[in-house]
Amino acid sequence: MAAGVAAWLPFARAAAIGWMPVANCPMPLAPADKNKRQDELIVLNVSGRRFQTWRTTLERYPDTLLGSTEKEFFFNEDTKEYFFDRDPEVFRCVLNFYRTGKLHYPRYECISAYDDELAFYGILPEIIGDCCYEEYKDRKRENAERLMDDNDSENNQESMPSLSFRQTMWRAFENPHTSTLALVFYYVTGFFIAVSVITNVVETVPCGTVPGSKELPCGERYSVAFFCLDTACVMIFTVEYLLRLFAAPSRYRFIRSVMSIIDVVAIMPYYIGLVMTNNEDVSGAFVTLRVFRVFRIFKFSRHSQGLRILGYTLKSCASELGFLLFSLTMAIIIFATVMFYAEKGSSASKFTSIPASFWYTIVTMTTLGYGDMVPKTIAGKIFGSICSLSGVLVIALPVPVIVSNFSRIYHQNQRADKRRAQKKARLARIRVAKTGSSNAYLHSKRNGLLTEALELMGTPEEENMGKSTSLIESQHHHLLHCLEKTTGLSYLVDDPLLSVRTSTIKNHEFVDEQMFEQNCMESSMQNYPSTRSPSLSSHPGLTTTCCSRRSKKSTHLPNSSLPATRLRSMQELSTIHIQGSEQPSLTTSRSSLNLKADDGLRPNCKTSQITTAIISIPTPPALTPEGESRPPPATPGPNTNIPSIASNVVKVSAL
Amino acid sequence: MKLFPCSAAKTSSPAVQNSVEDELEMATVRHRPEALELLEAQSKFTKKELQILYRGFKNECPSGVVNEETFKEIYSQFFPQGDSTTYAHFLFNAFDTDHNGAVSFEDFIKGLSILLRGTVQEKLNWAFNLYDINKDGYITKEEMLDIMKAIYDMMGKCTYPVLKEDAPRQHVETFFQKMDKNKDGVVTIDEFIESCQKDENIMRSMQLFENVI
Repeated sequence: MAAGVAAWLPFARAAAIGWMPVANCPMPLAPADKNKRQDELIVLNVSGRRFQTWRTTLERYPDTLLGSTEKEFFFNEDTKEYFFDRDPEVFRCVLNFYRTGKLHYPRYECISAYDDELAFYGILPEIIGDCCYEEYKDRKRENAERLMDDNDSENNQESMPSLSFRQTMWRAFENPHTSTLALVFYYVTGFFIAVSVITNVVETVPCGTVPGSKELPCGERYSVAFFCLDTACVMIFTVEYLLRLFAAPSRYRFIRSVMSIIDVVAIMPYYIGLVMTNNEDVSGAFVTLRVFRVFRIFKFSRHSQGLRILGYTLKSCASELGFLLFSLTMAIIIFATVMFYAEKGSSASKFTSIPASFWYTIVTMTTLGYGDMVPKTIAGKIFGSICSLSGVLVIALPVPVIVSNFSRIYHQNQRADKRRAQKKARLARIRVAKTGSSNAYLHSKRNGLLTEALELMGTPEEENMGKSTSLIESQHHHLLHCLEKTTGLSYLVDDPLLSVRTSTIKNHEFVDEQMFEQNCMESSMQNYPSTRSPSLSSHPGLTTTCCSRRSKKSTHLPNSSLPATRLRSMQELSTIHIQGSEQPSLTTSRSSLNLKADDGLRPNCKTSQITTAIISIPTPPALTPEGESRPPPATPGPNTNIPSIASNVVKVSAL
Repeated sequence: MKLFPCSAAKTSSPAVQNSVEDELEMATVRHRPEALELLEAQSKFTKKELQILYRGFKNECPSGVVNEETFKEIYSQFFPQGDSTTYAHFLFNAFDTDHNGAVSFEDFIKGLSILLRGTVQEKLNWAFNLYDINKDGYITKEEMLDIMKAIYDMMGKCTYPVLKEDAPRQHVETFFQKMDKNKDGVVTIDEFIESCQKDENIMRSMQLFENVI
């Protein structure tokens, strides 16, 4: 039940009087309200700022610190208030959550501080309202990236004695600044790539004349020299490739990677050329192969981050590029056709066919205007001008998208680099300032807090292990029981959706986490009526998006631990609900979502836990009221099953 | 009933009307209940009980009135497995005594007062009113069948034993056999009250929810 709806339980129970005349068997007894306490105001003193609220407000979420008996640990006998030595600003949000059922994330708050506070109060961040969830997730991701960067750089700085030779080599290849040798290797390969590319270029330059023959390109004049250079470069590249192949942690993955393919394509032509004889037939093919040597220039992308970003941008803008291509093709075909037919009349027209007009269209649309094909008719000129005007538009449209993508990724990388650079300087300053034991303690504590923060994000919060049934729980059970009695049916334990959870109950094992969450979400989706309510915190449609968002795989390390632990904590909570039937609270999802899943669970849990069963004897429905048997003596407990008049099937119900 | 001057006149807006209009109306209508003392006099609740009830009421419906959608929403929270919209619809009509499409706090208290603190006679009267869908003073078999189906719907699909198609109908037959004394096919209020008073089970269960508040 959602928080506020618990207040409507008395109404629902009162309305159950409507079933009474219809029911054919007596109703179970209502649970007694043993500790009928008047609602009282409690004072929460958070670092001096006093908040006051009703006790029942806090008890809406009994799985949190404030809603459970855990807050008694913070009770100050002298001042008769609960004192928390925490941030009052964040506490405001926490308390509002109890009041309204919606948890908001204030933008000015630091994400780690906020997470810490939530962890302290035992509230899962996943229930943050839709209004603030996007922001929260973005900040969380940024923070995670930062942590990952920190981790990486820390790992790099640490000496890892247990690295094998192969792993050292791979690290050297991937991060040239780890050791001097790696740096030397990096520069040497860079140099040879440059040499290779330049030789390819210079090879074709006409190099002055040898007396007695026409002008030759340098490649043919000094063929031996160029051949030696080429051989040297290819040697270096081959050695490099083989070393990388040896050092790669996953050779199969390495072979499939783009850089490796470029490497292979760069050096293959040479070997093929060696193998192939200088035959007339295949020399044409051989020449073509030499073209592939230009791919060596792509090897520079290992050396240049900007190139990598460009490549990554193009990959990520694939859809925009695709759209650009598609619209251009459309426009080209249209205009080429038009121009062809417009120019058909004129004599000696260069527009001999539609494909021939393609060239004109492309040149015009990109505003190149070579002038080798020019329309001569008036109609042709008109359409030609339209073509050039539209070309500007069509090309200009997708470009800003690509540019903005590139800019975003580039700046992200810049920030990461800046952070790394700053961190080095910062650490250096700290080391310099550190003199004496107190500073050393600070430094180690800082590192400890970092790991602690990581841990906090990952651990499930403390569950309240209270076993007593809350009053609202028992009242709600009683209500559902009355309904069962009225209709003569009982809630089924072996629902295929619920069976996962009931087996969880029975075995006290954790089933596969994904399946569990899937089932919970499915069943709750199923049952959630799609009506609008101003009072409930979540819209059904938004709930689905929220869940799908959550179930998207996260690639960041600290985050990825969170869904798993969230699920685990949800399962833990559910099992505890089964044992102790605490009032279910918003564990992983919006108020109504998980509670719906658990609501259906609770009646089953009662039936599944209890072992004795009574079989009701079927009586023919034609019995008159006079044949009704005496009602049983009032016994405490959920129900007593008597031979009921209207039950016309054998009913096995558990006590 | 005090209404803000800016709110539109509360015309009867059945759920059939355009939901956009409904929302607009809900947004403009702000309803303040009568004074606490007056309500205390009108109902059988104490001041403290009224306070608690109003806090819960206002929390779910800040505008001060419940429309049918919200009502169904709230009620279905208690019966997650089944579909309680039909029954909630009937319940809503039973609470909405002035049939204006919205349940104000006064209506709410009036209904609850009868259910929780009323005499058995009043409670039975209320139940009869609930069953009598068209409020003509007679419960016909069709009306009872609708009600019965609505109740069975609340149980949902996953029940044991599996709900049979004619279970509601049979249940209605049983009900009519018990209640319809002169076998004329309808149950009047007197027949209803008389039959219920003869049935000990029903009498006992009427007392069941005395201590709800």
